[in-house]
Amino acid sequence: MTPRLSLDARTALGSAGLSRRGFLRGSGAMVVAFAAARHAGLDTLVSAQGINGRSATALDAWVAITADSRVLAYTGKCELGQGLYTAQMQLVAEELDVPLSRVTLTMCDTAVTPDQGTTSGAQSHPANFNQANLALACATARQALVRLAANRLAVPAAALATGEGAVFVTATPSRRVPYGDLIGGRSFMLNLDAAAKRKHPAEWKVLGTPVPRLDLPAMVTAQLEYVHNVRVPGMLHGRVVRPPSVGATLARVDDATVRGMPGLVRIVVRKNFVGVVAEKPFQAIQIAEKLQVSWTPGPAIPAQAEYYDYLRRDRASRDTYLLDSGDVDQSLRGARSVVSATYLHPFHMHGSVGSSCAVADVQPGKATLWSATQAVYPMRDTAAQLLGLQPADVRVVFTRGSGCYGINGADTVTYDAALLSQAVGRPVRVQLTRRDEMAWENFGNAFVIDQRAGLDASGAIVAWDYEAWSPALGGRPGYDSPGNVVTGWLAGFTPAAAAPRTPAPAPNTPLSNNLNTAPSYVTGCVSGVCRGTGTVRSERVLSHRTVSPFFTGPLRAPERFQNTFAHESFMDEIAATAKADPVAFRLRHLGDERLRTVVRTAAETAKWDARPSPRPDVPAAGLARGRGISCVLYEGDNGYVSIVAEVVVDQATGTITVTRLVGAQDCGPISNPDGVKNQFEGGALHGMSRALFEEVAWSDQRVTSVDWRSYRTFAVGSRTPVVEAVLVNQPSAPANGAGETAITVVAAAIGNAVFDATGARLREIPFTPARVKAALSARPAATAYADRLYNPRRARISRRSGASKPQSALALRVTSARVQRGRIRPCSAWAARPISRCPISCAIARPSNVPRSPSEPCASRSTRST
Amino acid sequence: MSQMTLLVNGRTHTVDVDPATPLLFVLSDDLALKGPKFGCGLGQCGACTVIARGQAIRSCITPVESVQGTEITTLDGLGTIEQPHAIQQAFIDEQGAQCGFCLSGVILSAKALVDRTPAPTDEDIDRALSGVLCRCFAHTRMRKAIRRYAAARRA
Repeated sequence: MTPRLSLDARTALGSAGLSRRGFLRGSGAMVVAFAAARHAGLDTLVSAQGINGRSATALDAWVAITADSRVLAYTGKCELGQGLYTAQMQLVAEELDVPLSRVTLTMCDTAVTPDQGTTSGAQSHPANFNQANLALACATARQALVRLAANRLAVPAAALATGEGAVFVTATPSRRVPYGDLIGGRSFMLNLDAAAKRKHPAEWKVLGTPVPRLDLPAMVTAQLEYVHNVRVPGMLHGRVVRPPSVGATLARVDDATVRGMPGLVRIVVRKNFVGVVAEKPFQAIQIAEKLQVSWTPGPAIPAQAEYYDYLRRDRASRDTYLLDSGDVDQSLRGARSVVSATYLHPFHMHGSVGSSCAVADVQPGKATLWSATQAVYPMRDTAAQLLGLQPADVRVVFTRGSGCYGINGADTVTYDAALLSQAVGRPVRVQLTRRDEMAWENFGNAFVIDQRAGLDASGAIVAWDYEAWSPALGGRPGYDSPGNVVTGWLAGFTPAAAAPRTPAPAPNTPLSNNLNTAPSYVTGCVSGVCRGTGTVRSERVLSHRTVSPFFTGPLRAPERFQNTFAHESFMDEIAATAKADPVAFRLRHLGDERLRTVVRTAAETAKWDARPSPRPDVPAAGLARGRGISCVLYEGDNGYVSIVAEVVVDQATGTITVTRLVGAQDCGPISNPDGVKNQFEGGALHGMSRALFEEVAWSDQRVTSVDWRSYRTFAVGSRTPVVEAVLVNQPSAPANGAGETAITVVAAAIGNAVFDATGARLREIPFTPARVKAALSARPAATAYADRLYNPRRARISRRSGASKPQSALALRVTSARVQRGRIRPCSAWAARPISRCPISCAIARPSNVPRSPSEPCASRSTRST
Repeated sequence: MSQMTLLVNGRTHTVDVDPATPLLFVLSDDLALKGPKFGCGLGQCGACTVIARGQAIRSCITPVESVQGTEITTLDGLGTIEQPHAIQQAFIDEQGAQCGFCLSGVILSAKALVDRTPAPTDEDIDRALSGVLCRCFAHTRMRKAIRRYAAARRA
């Protein structure tokens, strides 16, 4: 007899990338009965097994063996496009010595999988591939199976080995017991054993190999079920009507214009949440468009053109010292020279290619949500809050969505579907419009970052001073804050907000770097515990967190993308001031050997041309070529990466063409080399898109970057740079994440390459042609001219090349003309300021081999743009 | 509502819909096909791409009435997991995807190109894929897969 699978069970199978037919064909009836019981949500069985994973120490929460020796594994880390389904399959197959074809992995379903919080922050490898959770469960299971076989065969466990889903006697492999005969269909009734022996990477046969994505055949043939494809009997279609901006409140809904429209089921209003439900999707669209909804505007949004200044002025900030050695001002005063610069980063969006979608079936006292959320248990708890249910009454079934990179619209649309379904008592599918996706997702934060560094007479950095302003509102809902995304807020919940705090208290906890803020070149010492990767002991990192006019949240390399742009660009500026090669200068200030290794490896692979930037023969016009480097230890402890960018700058148009991105990455033992390369390549190009094109735009009323014309990226039809990744394998190190490393360093590598090519420094993302041209115009003549003035050898080379001298003269003439027109402020205008507060272009006007005192006013030799 | 006859992936379907309904909704809802997906609804991203009259078209901005009786191919109609179409196989061989949401746009735009231009230049590929987005940025592998398919088709 073939047991019937419930819809839920089929959906769970679908989410695991399996067809029901394939599942049944490959399984014995007992297996199916067991699996169906789990999948069908027999909650008593499930909770008795401790599957509600905040206490998932029970082996049975993670692994089950079927009568025919198949392995059923359960994970709370989901496939988001990053290849984690395949990597986790490899992990299970490796640790349990079963072929991949005999493993079934169910991801992220609150009825059957452990609670592993959120799939995010490049934390899935650290969580599941080290001595804990899924990896430890598999090792514990294998150890238990060997013990059971030792009893069965009356042989010491030490004389046994595992392979092909069986335990066998090492000396006589024909004496074997399949796993299913040992425990098939029964529970282990064991806890995870922290001492269970995992396989060392040297023993790996499945892990460590480039297993092709197991889900890809289903994806390319359109057989994989995405949440957009979920269809439930009796399902209706919803559409939401959003306000113009955060803070707006609902004034009136007039349904006169939509009454009698075909397919209309209900207009749903809950506090400020407005939605329509119709029989068919196109009907829901038409009704939502016709529905008359008026809003009372909220507070005006600060003007975009002045937003960075506004951020800096906003006094209602929460101030935090991540680091403060207490001597930074003194170190800067004592420095031979001081370099300073300000970097600007806009709001970025996740901009998933698919507008978010979810299906909800909310019945009295019970709800099932099919969602592409990265956080099924937090979604369960917050949806329960929203719906007035108990968490145990809500089931969240993760179903694949469009790539998400943090928190796109997946969570908020799940709430949308849940509210609409609850209102009509039938299943409802909601598909957001592109506008609602882009205007209301949780954006990556904007940043204003001031940097200062002091150099001693030897050209070494003696102090690093960082101060940044960044706005936030909401974020991931977590387990208790549905108001952190727009739908929860509309329904009456408030976003989590940090209380203002000024001044910041002294740092008192060792650097955890979860804000991804500290530069790589400081020692990161707090109370004697030093967790930084650098050598600079005089260090200060001060952050001001203000309230954002838009919802914000974690976007791939959250905050680390912005900060690394600033840190690594600034490091390049310091190196240029010190007339040092950017690679050698980095190595001089890095203490962490693994970070040094990726820097060296990236440079060697790129055939790095060791010399100071900018290049000695910068052309004044036409095409300019350069190279730049950047590096980071992601999250301070989660993956090392360095990338060299090579660019061509068209100085007439201001366009940057990135021709090559070559990098090295070390993320511990490599689970799947091709998977890591795929993440590296995608991350590198994603970073390039963010560096060159992406910027959220708004008017005083609303977000205006609401489609792919107004929020730019680049298409598959764009010519992309050569991307090369060298993977540095570290078999004995803990597993790190690999999804957010490459993206983090790309913007600075490109900006540094542009500086190398042209002498123009880009300090604001994105690097639009207009900004590039402005930076080219503002090029201090000093970078080309003063260099020759003080470096006779190079001046001779330049004269021989026949091109540089006239160019320098031209640059000077242009600068003088602009000074006369008042468009550029001469450095003498900053004379009242000490050098430690001098604009960067003035600070670098004089080569570092000319001594200057910190109290000396800004240079009068050069100019800077205003 | 009107009766519409559609020829999709070699099969004839009759649906009762508003003639102005975008083809995408009919394919994904009435016919329950998984290939074409809603990305933007504006014809800007390619996720909803299908092939009609040999051209890759955006089903999200194509009224269903305009393609009555036209042979339409979706990603679902090319091959199966067991027997993928050569272009699908090329994407498997190159591991040319991450989340896979954009694949209808990438694969069908490329197939329409190579079917009419068996030896496409890089510029041809640029043009054919100029309106196709992949926000996981699997561009490099996708373009390799397209060239691999074109080469295999010529062989």
